[in-house]
Amino acid sequence: MPETPLTDATAAGPRAEGSATPPPLLEVRGVTKSFGHGRRRLTALDGVDVRVERGQTLGLVGESGCGKSTLARVVLGLERPDSGTVRFDGTDPFTLKGRELLAWRRRVQMVFQDPFASLNARMSAADLIGEPWRTHRDIVPTAQARQRRISELLSLVGLRESDADRYPNEFSGGQRQRIGIARALALDPDLIVCDEPVSALDLSVQAQVLNVLSELRERLGVSYVFISHDLSVVRHVSDRVTVMYLGKVIEHGPAEDVFDRPVHPYTAALMSAAPTLDVSGQAQDDEIQLRGEIPSPYDIPSGCRFRTRCWQSEARCAELAPPVVIRDGTADTGREPHEGLCHFPLGAGPMEA
Amino acid sequence: MTPSTLPAPAGTGGPALEVEGLCVDLRTPSGTVRAVNGVGFQVRKGRTLALLGESGCGKSMTALSIVGLLEPTAEVTGGSVKVSGTDVLRLGQAGRRKLAGPVLSIVFQDALTALNPVQPVGRQLAEPFRIHRGMSRRDAREKAVELMTRVGIPEPRLRARAYPHQFSGGMRQRLLIAMAVALDPDVLIADEPTTALDVTVQAQIMRLLRDLQTERDMALVLITHDLAVVAQRADDVVVMYAGNVVETGPVAEVFSRPRHPYTKGLLDSVPEHAVRGRPLPAVPGSPPELSAVPSGCVFRARCPLAQERCAQERPRLVSVGASRSAACHFSEELDRA
Repeated sequence: MPETPLTDATAAGPRAEGSATPPPLLEVRGVTKSFGHGRRRLTALDGVDVRVERGQTLGLVGESGCGKSTLARVVLGLERPDSGTVRFDGTDPFTLKGRELLAWRRRVQMVFQDPFASLNARMSAADLIGEPWRTHRDIVPTAQARQRRISELLSLVGLRESDADRYPNEFSGGQRQRIGIARALALDPDLIVCDEPVSALDLSVQAQVLNVLSELRERLGVSYVFISHDLSVVRHVSDRVTVMYLGKVIEHGPAEDVFDRPVHPYTAALMSAAPTLDVSGQAQDDEIQLRGEIPSPYDIPSGCRFRTRCWQSEARCAELAPPVVIRDGTADTGREPHEGLCHFPLGAGPMEA
Repeated sequence: MTPSTLPAPAGTGGPALEVEGLCVDLRTPSGTVRAVNGVGFQVRKGRTLALLGESGCGKSMTALSIVGLLEPTAEVTGGSVKVSGTDVLRLGQAGRRKLAGPVLSIVFQDALTALNPVQPVGRQLAEPFRIHRGMSRRDAREKAVELMTRVGIPEPRLRARAYPHQFSGGMRQRLLIAMAVALDPDVLIADEPTTALDVTVQAQIMRLLRDLQTERDMALVLITHDLAVVAQRADDVVVMYAGNVVETGPVAEVFSRPRHPYTKGLLDSVPEHAVRGRPLPAVPGSPPELSAVPSGCVFRARCPLAQERCAQERPRLVSVGASRSAACHFSEELDRA
């Protein structure tokens, strides 16, 4: 910043506005979204709060039907919430129109799960990567610049310049996913929503793609919302983790805290159910077995929605909505909060049993 | 659980399943390719063997050749598959059918396509009893309900009248398992039985399989690409790459001290042990097309240890310790590292 002998007012101006902390890149508060009507009304999201800081990765965990994909669609502006607010860099994208909306859209991009279904087979890699510029015409205006930028993007995701003219069928799954990532990067987004970006890939290739994603974060400062059912992957890439169950966030906090000292029994069960590489046989004996399956989202249990499968549930769980339990982090310690929704939160010590 | 000592199969009546030098060719528009190349392993009753590998490595093709369900474009061109002593590859259709159910059975990955959508599940579950045991409709139906109870389907009598689409993914997989174990087979093959399921349901299904295996003393062949599932559920592992077996042995030993660079690469690339924020040690490149499997060692194009010798000479699967073997020219170096 240039040193200017000016009055306080100007110097402090932009700083004073965000005096405490700048607004997070993405803040979702109390978002509710339901589909259908009457008795066939399905509440996909029920008062969901999510926050993503600049340059950070939020891991979104939960089983099928928990609402994580609906949440992703809300974040991308594809689904308008029934109530609640979405703030992206301080502005509500759902109030934007026309040119402003178009300009906003390029700031949030998506990487899809299946690189075989998400790329048009009749377009070359260069066409695929450059397609977003046909809508957002001002970004790379000249043909020459476009070509240069495509080469840049290809090398950024670890492909060769000569790959530009090849078609999707000439690439392996991992390479296709790299094209999908390059395409998401074409508009210089601030946030990329990755919906199970490696689960369709072979194991030996998953690590390569995860490495590309984390390298891009370092180099470009992009933030991710990372949706995955693979807990070891989420743990590796995420700064913060949000766990969802039947349309509600039931636990969130810094990744290590959530994984090492879960508050909510569902989080613990999820981690215990995920098989690990431990060959000692111990992990198996300690396994928490949940009973039953996820209840129908048309008929959500009263009180705590996890109670039908929880081994701790008591009468209270059916009657009262569970309170917010704060494990650590308050305004004065400066630590990020780790919170869960449960009447009987799990012990404060590290999970031994 | 007993430590994996793996005594010689003699004495216990021999292995329930013994595959030797199995070769499968696949006819494609651009010519014939070898999908399975000299695969061999054996499983005794009560034991679980995992066939581990990535897509296209030939693990499912191996399973399908064992149960005789290969597509017409694929053909077994060599080797033998002995189930409780009989070479099933030499049997005709009728002989095969006699074994399908009471001796050898399979659980498929996708339960929705494996079940008949226009028949109530109770009727489908009763079928093995009608066909193989010649039971009356009513008795078979009772058996079906009994099976549904055993695999944990609530209100089985009522649900027997429901159709497959009226069940959740986990419940459908339970039905499929029930059907597979209906006639107490000696050998059960499970082809990615939990891949399409959520983790908490996956854990339930794996436990059900394990309980049934213990209860009925079956030999279980678990086909999977999931290292963690292998670590938790299998006794022995066969690691496949591009149609070839690259390493075999007891899971505990193979996973703690892999003797093939591919096995090691796979284990290293799992984020579980990685340091957060550091790049994962990834295996470079991707598995080869079956039409372009390299000469010499199949893994050499992606191998950190590859040398000239690897291009000229295909390493044979040789013993690298008690009941372990690996196909690598430099597996000793890997052990020292």
